[in-house]
Amino acid sequence: MSAVALEQASGGDDATHSGSSWYEASARQRLDGLLDADSFAEFIGPEQRVTSPHLPLFNLPEQFDDGMIVGRGRLDGRPVLVAAQEGRFMGGAFGEVHGAKLTGLLRAARDIGSMPVLILFDTGGVRLQEANAGELAIAEIIRALLEARAAGVPVVGLIGGRAGCFGGGGLIAGCCSALAVSEQGRISVSGPEVIETNRGVEEFDSKDRALVWRTMGGKHRRLIGGAEVYADDSMASFRDAAGFLLKHAPAFGAATLEAEQSRLEQRIERFGACKDAVDVWRILGAAEPQTIPELPDQEFLALAAQLQEPRHDAR
Amino acid sequence: MTLAEILVSLFPDGHQVVLEHGLLSGRGTLPKAGPVAVIGVDGRAPVGVDEAARLARQVLDVVKGGGKTPILVLIDSDSQRMSKRDELLGLNEFLAHLAKCLILADTQGHPTIALLYGHTAAGAFIATALATRTLLALPGADPAVMDLPSMSRVTKLSIEVLQEKAKSTPVFAPGLDNLAQTGAVAAVLDPQQSLAAQVDAVLQSQPAKHVDSRDQLGKERRGRPLAADIAGRVHGLACAAV
Repeated sequence: MSAVALEQASGGDDATHSGSSWYEASARQRLDGLLDADSFAEFIGPEQRVTSPHLPLFNLPEQFDDGMIVGRGRLDGRPVLVAAQEGRFMGGAFGEVHGAKLTGLLRAARDIGSMPVLILFDTGGVRLQEANAGELAIAEIIRALLEARAAGVPVVGLIGGRAGCFGGGGLIAGCCSALAVSEQGRISVSGPEVIETNRGVEEFDSKDRALVWRTMGGKHRRLIGGAEVYADDSMASFRDAAGFLLKHAPAFGAATLEAEQSRLEQRIERFGACKDAVDVWRILGAAEPQTIPELPDQEFLALAAQLQEPRHDAR
Repeated sequence: MTLAEILVSLFPDGHQVVLEHGLLSGRGTLPKAGPVAVIGVDGRAPVGVDEAARLARQVLDVVKGGGKTPILVLIDSDSQRMSKRDELLGLNEFLAHLAKCLILADTQGHPTIALLYGHTAAGAFIATALATRTLLALPGADPAVMDLPSMSRVTKLSIEVLQEKAKSTPVFAPGLDNLAQTGAVAAVLDPQQSLAAQVDAVLQSQPAKHVDSRDQLGKERRGRPLAADIAGRVHGLACAAV
C-alpha cells in the first residue's frame, strides 16, 4: 500500500469510532491505543520510583517515571521497543533520568538488531532545571539512535502531543528513519516564545496561534517533507502510520544522507525567499493555500498527496 | 586564544583553512596524523538552515573522498539561528542532518574531534561539537544550554537564586566546568603547549570501535549521578526480554 493510499485509508471514521484523541491522551493511554492489547511490558516502571535527582533542588514535584515510559510490546503481532514522553509532566522535557531511559532503549535496539523502535514524542526540549544533563542526554540519544539505524533497525517517530516536539526533541525527530505527524504535532527547534523573547514580536508573535500552527504544525511539516505521513488525531491513524512507516524506513548510510542533502538544499532554493507558510504552499501548487489550515483531514490528505509525494529514501 | 593563534598552533606546517560568512572550511596537516579536514563556526555566528547545509556538504565530501581523513570541528558559535524563516524551512531537519553526517563520518572511519574555543549553545551545540566522538575545549570556552537570564524567565527564579543553586550542582548552570563534569568534555587542552601534539595524541588514542562513554564519565566526575546506571539497566532489561 502506498503512503498516499494508507493516508486515505486511515480516515476520520476511525477517529470518531474509537473516540480517542492522541492529543488529549496521556503517554500511557497512547501506548494502550497504539500497541496490541495487553502486549506492553515496561522497563523500570513507576513502582520502582526512579525519579529525577535534581528537581528537589528547585522544590519541584517529581514523577515516578520522570515523564518517560520505555518498554516493549507488539504492533500487529510484531515485537517492538517503545518510548513515550508524558507532555503533562515538566512539558515532557529531557532531564537526566528521562533521557537515559531512551538512551538505554536505543542502545539495546542497536545490540538486538531485529526489534524496531517507536518513539512517541511529546516534549518542549531540554529540562532547564537540569539543562546540562538534558542537553547531553539528547546528544547520547542521537548517537544511539543512529547506531541503531546503522545496525538496520528502523526508528519511527510519532508526533501529535500537547507539548509538540521542540528543541532537542526536534533534532532527535529529525534523526528518526521516518515520522508521522498530526495537525497538532508542532515540530520546531526554537519555540514561538523563544523566538519572540530573543528576536522580538516583529520576528515572531507567539500569541498568534494561527501563525504558530502554519509555521510549525503538522500540515506544513507534511507538505515540505518534514514528516512522511500525516495522521489524523486518532489512535487508529497513528497505529496505521507506525505500521506503514516501519516497512518504509530508509537505511542509514552515505546514499541516504546524500539524498537528504539534496532534498534540503532544494528546499532552500525553492522556498528560501518565502515570508510565510502560505507562500510555500502556493509555490507547491495549492490553488487556495490560505484555506489549508481550515481543511478537514480527508481533504488535506487528498491535497497533500497531489502537491507533494512523501519520500522514503532521504532521511 | 584567537582563531589565528589556534590554527598556527594546530598546523605548524601551514593550513588552507578559510573563513567565509562565519563558517570555517579547509584542510591542515597535523605532524603525526597527517592531513585533516577542518570545518567550523567562528565569531559566535548562529547556525541556521543555510549554515547547517554548508557544513553538512563539507562533511559528506570528506566521506565521499574515502580514506580515513580525520575531521576537526572548530566551534565558537551562537545557538541555532532563532528566526521565523529557519523554522519555516524545517531547521530541526537541517541540524539533525548535520549531526547525522558527522556521526556517519565517524562510523565510516573518519575520526571526529571538536575543539570548542568560544561560545556555543543549544541546538548548534548538539548538531556540531556534541555530534563528534571527542569534544575538546580550550580554557575560557563558555558553552551553555541557555544563558541564566533566559533560564530565569523560564524557571521563574531570580538570577541570584540560580547562581546560588549553581554552587551546589553542575547540572544546570552554563560554563565549561559544569559541562565537563556531566561528561560532555573529554579534556581541556593546555594553550601553552602545542595544540598539534595534544590533538595528535587524542587521535592516536581513539579506539577503532567507538563506545559512547560520556555517561560513565559524568558519573565518575559526579556531574550526572544516574544516567549511566539507568541507561545500563534499561539496556539489560530490553536485551534480556528478547
